[in-house]
Parts: sequence; structure tokens; C-alpha cells
Amino acid sequence: MIKSLDPRVTRENIEENNLIAPLTPMDNWETYEVFHQKKRGDQHMHVGIVHAPNPEMALLFGKEQYGRRSITANIWVVKTANVFASEYDDADMFETTPEKQYREAGGYKVMDKINKYKKANKA
Amino acid sequence: MNTTAIKDLLYKMADDLLIIGHRNSEWTGLGPILEEDIAFSSMAQDKIGQSQALFQLLHELGEQEPDTVAFTRNAKQFHNAQFVELPNGDYDFSLMRHFLYDVADQLRFEMLASSSYEPLAKVARKIKGELKYHVFHANTWIVKLGSANEESKARMQTALNDAWNYSLGLFEEGDFENDLKNEGVFAGEVALKQLWLETIKPTLTKATLTIPHENTWEPELGGRKGIHTEHLEPLVEEMSEVFRVDPSAEW
Repeated sequence: MIKSLDPRVTRENIEENNLIAPLTPMDNWETYEVFHQKKRGDQHMHVGIVHAPNPEMALLFGKEQYGRRSITANIWVVKTANVFASEYDDADMFETTPEKQYREAGGYKVMDKINKYKKANKA
Repeated sequence: MNTTAIKDLLYKMADDLLIIGHRNSEWTGLGPILEEDIAFSSMAQDKIGQSQALFQLLHELGEQEPDTVAFTRNAKQFHNAQFVELPNGDYDFSLMRHFLYDVADQLRFEMLASSSYEPLAKVARKIKGELKYHVFHANTWIVKLGSANEESKARMQTALNDAWNYSLGLFEEGDFENDLKNEGVFAGEVALKQLWLETIKPTLTKATLTIPHENTWEPELGGRKGIHTEHLEPLVEEMSEVFRVDPSAEW
């Protein structure tokens, strides 16, 4: 018999050599991506993944894993298989040449003007 | 207000919650999958918390501290229904008990939300969300497993048959039904049982499960009066083991 530190295991009287088969990979449920919203109107943020056999259970588990310890207004779950993602091999698509500073907010030097305006109006 | 009647009501509710909370917590680390393990354990903790809120009300009515009441009584002093002390069995039985008990619990607290005993009504309103989630969890599993495949359906049906007469024991009437009704504290076990039957039927139908035929109904009574199965004593022993090591320890 298996003697465990956990009394619940010990009292099951399980033989050392037992037929309890380990899970095979296909025994696992599919995954759902979980999106968490803190309060109404906020964006839903991706927070992680749960295993579930259907969307309802994915919601249950999403609530438990990601809504239990923080303020939650709403949760979305989306089947991972339904997410279309870009390829990491194509990551160079996202690169941009350094010359196009005018396309970035940092490219505009306006603080001088703002401070000047503030100063002028204060007086 | 009849304090003895209120105490009787509080004790049976608190003990149901404490014992089923402990039983359900025995699944911690052994649940069918990680996510469900966490969900079931978390709800078990909710139940212990709910029982503590009721033991606190009892304390305010002159009973001992919640910890003392929870951990120093012997099995015969517990007022829980026998249903909640039964061993967990396989997950099918635990889920079926979770469904039958939690629906009854939610309805009971819904009735109590308008109780004339305001402290209890306040607790009922406070835990409304937890109870709603517990029932949502139970309903989702029952419907899913009732209609998943032949094996799951057969196992859930067997679990329902095995649980049935014990679940009817939840509605064992106490000595103070009339006092509680007349004073507007609680509308009574008969009314609750009726409401419960009406509520579980649509879910069980959706799960394609069948309630045992009415002429086989024989409620397992006695729990409310301290008559228990042989399973409660070892549970109480195990539950209070750590407390008894040093009852004066500060937690």
C-alpha cells in the first residue's frame, strides 16, 4: 500500500503496483485565452490561459485563476485555436527605419513652446 | 425574538457549511485537473468563511468563540445533515452533492435575505455573489457531464441516485419551524424543499438525468439532532487535529 504524508492518499489503500494510468497528452482539454477587465469601460487585458472542455467552463476557470485576487468587472475567453497570430519569422515587418522620427510622438519638440505659453499666460 | 429558535437555525446552517467545506477541501491537490482543483478548493474556502460568519452570529448571541465551537465539539454535537458528512467518493458524487447542496444553500440564503433577524439577512446579502458563482459552477458541470458521453451520464445518474435520499435530509424539520415562521425569521424547511425541487428539475432535465421515483424517497434524517453516520467522527478528528495541538495559539 502507498503510505503518503497526505492522509487522504494513504486511506485510499492504493497498491504500490497499481493500474492507475498516467494521463496521455490527448486526455488534456484544449486551451482558452483569458482577457480580464478591471472596470467597465476599461480595455480587456490578456492575462493567461486555462484548460477547458467548453467556453462555459473556460469562463468558470478564468474567473477562478484570474478574477479571484483582483477587482474584476468582466472576463472574456477565446479559444486559443481561434486566435490568428503573426509569425515570429516575420517580426522584421515591425522594424522601422530610424529616420522617420516625424512619425513618433518623441519626434515633436513642443515642450519649449508649451512652457513658453504657460509662462506668458501666468503673468 | 426567540433566540433558541434562531440559534438552532444558525447551528445547522453553520455546521452544514463547515462540514461540506472541509469535505470539499479534501479534493485539494487531488482534483481532476489543475483549474478545477483550484476552483473547487476556492469554493471550499468560501464555505468555511460562510460558516465562520454564522458562528460569529452565534457568538454574538452568547455562544463561544467561532474557533472553539468549530473545533472542540464532538461529532454528536454537530447539527449538520448527514448528506454533507458522507465521504467524497469519486468526483461524480462530489459534484452531484455540490450541485444538490449548493442550490439548496443558495435558495435558503435568498429566503433569509429578507429575514426579520437582520444580522442574518445582512450575511445573506453579503455572500449572494459567492453563492451565485458556486451554483453556476455546479450547474455547468452537471449539464456538461450529464450529456457528455454514456459513461459520464451513467456515473452522474448513479451519483444522483446515491445522493438523493441524503439530500432530502437537508430539509429535516427542527423543533422551532413555527416560531421561525411566525416571527418572520425563516419561511421553513417545507417551503425551501419545494423551491429546491422546482429549481433543480430544469437543470437535471437539461443534463438528461432523472430524479428517483417519488415512491422511493426516504429522507435520511437525524443529522439535525446529532445522529450521524460513522463518517463524521473521523472527519471532526482530522479537522480539529491542528487546533487541538495548542488551542490557545494565536493564528
